[in-house]
Amino acid sequence: MDPPRQCPSPSSSRPISPRTPSCETLGYVGIEAVLDQMKIKAMKMGFEFNIMVVGQSGLGKSTMVNTLFKSKIWKSTPSGLALGPIPQTLQLHSVTHVIEEKGVKLKLTVTDTPGFGDQINNDKCWDPILGYINGQYEQYLQEEILITRQRHIPDTRVHCCVYFVAPTGHSLRPLDIEFLQRLCRTVNVVPVIARADSLTMEEREDFRRRIQHNLRTHSIDVYPQECFDEDINDKILNCKIRERIPFAVVGADREHVVNGRCVLGRKTKWGIVEVENMKHCEFPLLRDLLIRSHLQDLKDITHNVHYENYRVGRLNESHMLPRGPGWVTLDPAPANSPALPGPSKVCRWAQDTPSEEY
Amino acid sequence: MSSEEARHLFFQTHMATKSCMSSQVSVDEQKKRENIRSLTMSGHVGFESLPDQLVNRSIQQGFCFNILCVGETGIGKSTLIDTLFNTNFEDHESSHFCPHVRLKAQTYELQESNVRLKLTIVNTVGFGDQINKEESYQPIVDYIDAQFEAYLQEELKIKRSLFNYHDSRVHACLYFISPTGHSLKTLDLLAMKSLDSKVNIIPVIAKADAISKTELQKFKIKLMSELVSNGVQIYQFPTDDETVAKINASMNGHLPFAVVGSMDEVKVGNKLVKARQYPWGIVQVENENHCDFVKLREMLICTNMEDLREQTHTRHYELYRRCKLEEMGFSDVGPENKPLSLQETYEAKRHQIYGERQRKEEEMKQMFVQRVKEKEAILKEAERELQAKFEHLKRVHQEERMKLEEKRRLLEEEIISFSKKKATSEIYQNQTFMGSNLKKDKDRKNSNFM
Repeated sequence: MDPPRQCPSPSSSRPISPRTPSCETLGYVGIEAVLDQMKIKAMKMGFEFNIMVVGQSGLGKSTMVNTLFKSKIWKSTPSGLALGPIPQTLQLHSVTHVIEEKGVKLKLTVTDTPGFGDQINNDKCWDPILGYINGQYEQYLQEEILITRQRHIPDTRVHCCVYFVAPTGHSLRPLDIEFLQRLCRTVNVVPVIARADSLTMEEREDFRRRIQHNLRTHSIDVYPQECFDEDINDKILNCKIRERIPFAVVGADREHVVNGRCVLGRKTKWGIVEVENMKHCEFPLLRDLLIRSHLQDLKDITHNVHYENYRVGRLNESHMLPRGPGWVTLDPAPANSPALPGPSKVCRWAQDTPSEEY
Repeated sequence: MSSEEARHLFFQTHMATKSCMSSQVSVDEQKKRENIRSLTMSGHVGFESLPDQLVNRSIQQGFCFNILCVGETGIGKSTLIDTLFNTNFEDHESSHFCPHVRLKAQTYELQESNVRLKLTIVNTVGFGDQINKEESYQPIVDYIDAQFEAYLQEELKIKRSLFNYHDSRVHACLYFISPTGHSLKTLDLLAMKSLDSKVNIIPVIAKADAISKTELQKFKIKLMSELVSNGVQIYQFPTDDETVAKINASMNGHLPFAVVGSMDEVKVGNKLVKARQYPWGIVQVENENHCDFVKLREMLICTNMEDLREQTHTRHYELYRRCKLEEMGFSDVGPENKPLSLQETYEAKRHQIYGERQRKEEEMKQMFVQRVKEKEAILKEAERELQAKFEHLKRVHQEERMKLEEKRRLLEEEIISFSKKKATSEIYQNQTFMGSNLKKDKDRKNSNFM
């Protein structure tokens, strides 16, 4: 029985292997109809997207989420009013909505983290967040290794984490650096400068440069990660994005009239900050990155890289457990993930030590 | 074969629930269950580009499609594939004298506008040629299982790369039925029955230009009734999506498709069309009145390729995976009905196998030590014997030597005594001689005097 010839993946290399003859069809066959079939199927199934917003209170996280999806996802906490005591520990709130646009259904889950960085001693305040992210990976893993598994495993893994940096104008703070270092290994992180309307344009640029420098010094790899650029077009596009990271954003959910148009903005005594105006802030860039152009990419990287990293760590870990007689009980997934290798594209692992096969 | 039956049972239940599983559980019910509310947006967000993003990623990765062609030698499998994809795939005619059924797989890369398709065609060589056909369909089943197994192994690896993986699982099986006009052959029936729970079967009537229209109608009805009465589950085109439901439903009524394949071009009217030329007329491949080729191409490629792939992955592969894992002793629910995890079972099995291995190692070590001891004892024994022999020989040698010494001494004494005797006798002789000489002299002298 001749085994089928093994072919290299089309996404990694452009030249076609000489063993796979490339044939030109002599006429129209109809293969490209498969694209439409895929679209119809995808639209029927709907999409899922899970986003997490992290930052200290008062930076405008809830407002930003409302602005991004143009709906009242969260009731934004009105400033000045203390709604109950500040939570003593970090809590995670998740809310799920289904939004539809032109026949495309999107199940959106937003996770908020009130209480982050608000205590006096913020040591290990990232543990609950990492625990939550790993918990979602664990849930998916458990579903995946069932014998009788569902047709479509519900995806609750966090696809993107938006980190809000306070607009001090100086540089990243130790808490930011600690958190980003830990987080960028587990999830796609997009840092943004919050409440950017308190900085002038020059201050913004300086701040941005300094943050970029900080990120480089501490080798924090934020999304879009350089190692995943597949071809030259991706590289060019992502380089442009990387130039502008972190985006300086302003969130607003009230509408005002400017020059006869109705725009979203913040009204102050000295003018109206328009959210969607590129000259005022970079909110459109953030929105385009997250939703219009890179949403699928975020999901892919989460699934193919971060989830696989977690899985490898988890499966390897269980082999290091002390063996007892009879059944071995697995440790519950630790809150702090063990030092996993940095984001490494899966196909690069072939160069590492040979994989441990089950 | 209880596993076979079990597999059929699983498959039947799946078929029964197919219609309500594949259609999305209505969003409202789902939302009620999960307490999700729908929001209306107050402006344009822009995620309607999501399907396009998905499609772009797929274009980058390329598509994979694997077709298995089962049919007797010379029934027109290669020609039909050539005609379907409008390309001349290189292939030689196979001989009729193969002792066993072999499967030959070839992969080609096709490109149409911006879609890259990696097409694998698997042909059965020698099917139906043997005198004894009992083993004919087993290699096919084995091949399909082997592809599932390869995918399963990849999925279970610790460091895996599924998105890079060249998917070789068979997505569609074109089963070629000979145009006898009567009914299904026994071999066909048996083969289809063993394949229906593993792959999407699409039966086609090959060389349909050998049957007339009325005979064809009767033949189709006969075939379908035979398939139904024998419980063979062939692939039904999906009718749950409104856009394609109507056309799929009507096509389902035309199964099995009667096809004609040809890459030769013949001038009809003032166009060149693909056709087969006979003295009594020209059979045009792409003419719907002449054969169902266009329907087959439409259904297989243009409308349902994605569905075929999905069915293979979500139904046939999952079935295989479940059976395989259960065979290996894993289950989702352990004793006392507590949910087990695959992880724990791996661990336990691993522990068990490790323990066994330890035990075996110990045994072998013991055996080895035992053998060494025995051998040593034997060798020691032999050494001792040799030593004894040596001693004995030495002693004998010593005695001999002493004897010889004794003899030599005696001999020497004798020699000495002999030589003494000789010496004394010589002296005596000399004396007597001298005396006699003197006497002689004296006598002479005396005689002289006298």
